[in-house]
Amino acid sequence: MATVTLSNVGKTYAGGVDAVRGVDVEIKDGEFVVLVGPSGCGKSTMLRMVAGLEDVTRGEVRIGDRVVNTLDPADRDIAMVFQNYALYPHMSVRDNMAYGLKNRRTPKDEITRRVDEAARMLELAPYLDRKPRALSGGQRQRVAMGRAIVRQPSAFLFDEPLSNLDAKLRVSMRGEIRRLQKRLATTSLYVTHDQLEAMTLADRLIVLRDGAVEQVGAPLEVYRRPASAFVAAFIGSPAMTLLDARVSDGQALVGDHVVAPAAVPAGEVTLGLRPEDLRITRDGPLPMRVDYIEELGAQRIVHGFVDGQKIAVTETGAESLPADLRLSVDPGALHLFDVKTGRRLPQTVTRPEAVPA
Amino acid sequence: MTLTHPSVSVPRRPFARLMRGLAAIGASEPQKRVQFDRPLTPWLFLAPQLAVVVIFFYWPSVEAVLSSFYIEDPFGFGATFVGMENYSDALTNARYQATAAFTAFFCVVVTALSLGIGLLLAVKADKVIRGAGPYKTVLISVYAIAPPVAGLIGMMIFDQHIGPITELFAFFGHDLRVGVNYWDTAIAVITISVWKQIPYNFIFFLSGLQTVPVSVREAALIDARSGWRRFRDIVLPLLAPTAFFLLIINITYAMFDTFAIFDVVVKDKPANNPMTLVYKVYLDGFKGNDIGGSSAQSVILMVVVAALTVVQFRFLERRVHYG
Repeated sequence: MATVTLSNVGKTYAGGVDAVRGVDVEIKDGEFVVLVGPSGCGKSTMLRMVAGLEDVTRGEVRIGDRVVNTLDPADRDIAMVFQNYALYPHMSVRDNMAYGLKNRRTPKDEITRRVDEAARMLELAPYLDRKPRALSGGQRQRVAMGRAIVRQPSAFLFDEPLSNLDAKLRVSMRGEIRRLQKRLATTSLYVTHDQLEAMTLADRLIVLRDGAVEQVGAPLEVYRRPASAFVAAFIGSPAMTLLDARVSDGQALVGDHVVAPAAVPAGEVTLGLRPEDLRITRDGPLPMRVDYIEELGAQRIVHGFVDGQKIAVTETGAESLPADLRLSVDPGALHLFDVKTGRRLPQTVTRPEAVPA
Repeated sequence: MTLTHPSVSVPRRPFARLMRGLAAIGASEPQKRVQFDRPLTPWLFLAPQLAVVVIFFYWPSVEAVLSSFYIEDPFGFGATFVGMENYSDALTNARYQATAAFTAFFCVVVTALSLGIGLLLAVKADKVIRGAGPYKTVLISVYAIAPPVAGLIGMMIFDQHIGPITELFAFFGHDLRVGVNYWDTAIAVITISVWKQIPYNFIFFLSGLQTVPVSVREAALIDARSGWRRFRDIVLPLLAPTAFFLLIINITYAMFDTFAIFDVVVKDKPANNPMTLVYKVYLDGFKGNDIGGSSAQSVILMVVVAALTVVQFRFLERRVHYG
């Protein structure tokens, strides 16, 4: 158990490409932090720098009270779970889990005890003598987890561990990882490009973009108050609609239609609207032309256009919809972003429940 | 990648598992079943390959077995049936036994050295990042040299008067006399044979190393501090299919394909020089005109190689893990 601290960490590849630029992050003891961002945002590079699989160009990586910048991966007291499992194909499940311990001169009976315990925890006991080839994808992923668990390291590093699994298995493994991490209370850094995984697993989210931190915060905090248009569009599913809009006289307008009051200086803005915050009403201020509807069972997503710009609305109704609808929105649900920088514009009006009495 | 080797004269079926194994290292593709309208069509497609095998392998083999039971007149006027006499003559002959012993020694040394050095170079080349291309090309290019040319180059290096290796030995106080002194000649032939075979092993080991997944190596990097341990426990076992394939190819190489090298180094030299059984078959048959005796020797050789291969597949291949 330890804190993992990154201070002004940067990575420049041989070609002069800056993969990670000046990242400051502190992961508290026992905390589950998820690094999330689109592909190429430097999240894997960051994880691999913590693991020691990539050199750190600038800054300092600390695990516990040690600066580990130049330590070998084996000396960093971390365990890593890889995307494609990276099991040793010629070793049995038991040997796969025991290998790291053997190399650390752990006593034999201690190794057996830990492997058996991990196998019980992960329901792998019947497969201990099998080779990875004879296991299903989910089982292999559990072996990879077992290999990390038996080491009892200071920190777990996960590199998109679920992206090779099918959708259903991914959901159940997600729950399993969450449960295990809570039970073991081991500091964890988890990389994913899947915002749903990020939302459900994280104690804290770090949203990365082009090698820099865009926002850090608890999942709901990031969801409710995205710090930029980028985060807004990335976190949440279906994605937040971003519209070109303007503010004048304290009102946000899309085209000529007044959406809701907005307490920001007048001018061009990017207006963000979550599909779940929009309501289809008879006399709403926003006219919408329906394009197509995605039925999801519990709800449906209505895609269409407002003033020629794409928009999506979720609703739970089942009746057929006319081609033209009207939408209304709660003023508190408006997200306003600067057109140039994409940063969130501070509003004086917020959600009613957030206003101090 | 063609894995058939001109001089591999071993039973075909045992290779099946190896082939599947090697195929599995790359992308494994499902076997295709093709239906033909007429039953004869597939045989028509097979005919050229079958013809080559029958004409150049089975027919000579049968001829060799038949003539091994006869003593032939040196001028080809007649043959007398003598039963197993040629075999017993060969096996009890002291020269034959000495040649057999040298062949075994030669095989072990050449195979061990060329596999070992090939692996070492491949492991080191695999780590080179800058200038990897030219480095690998230089190492591989030796393989493009034909065995007789390799023999000639070797002879130059080991030349009595101008050879640098002869001078090197002289520096350490040894008067190297290739073609005259038995063990000096052995050193020369072994050196040339190993040198010639290293690139072949290098290519296969290098491509074998590149099939070890990067993430598996990285997992090992986290699990084991010592590079030697990672190599021994993770990389080497994953190279085993390649190594096993190369072992068989190298033994066949040492036994048969070094013929040209021996021919260049030993031919027309006086004295008692080392040679392999294959070269003795050639000498006795074509220089000594003892067709029967030479046939008997080649049949013995065939049986030995077949037995050796079966042993390798039965006892060694079990320990090989195919990806």
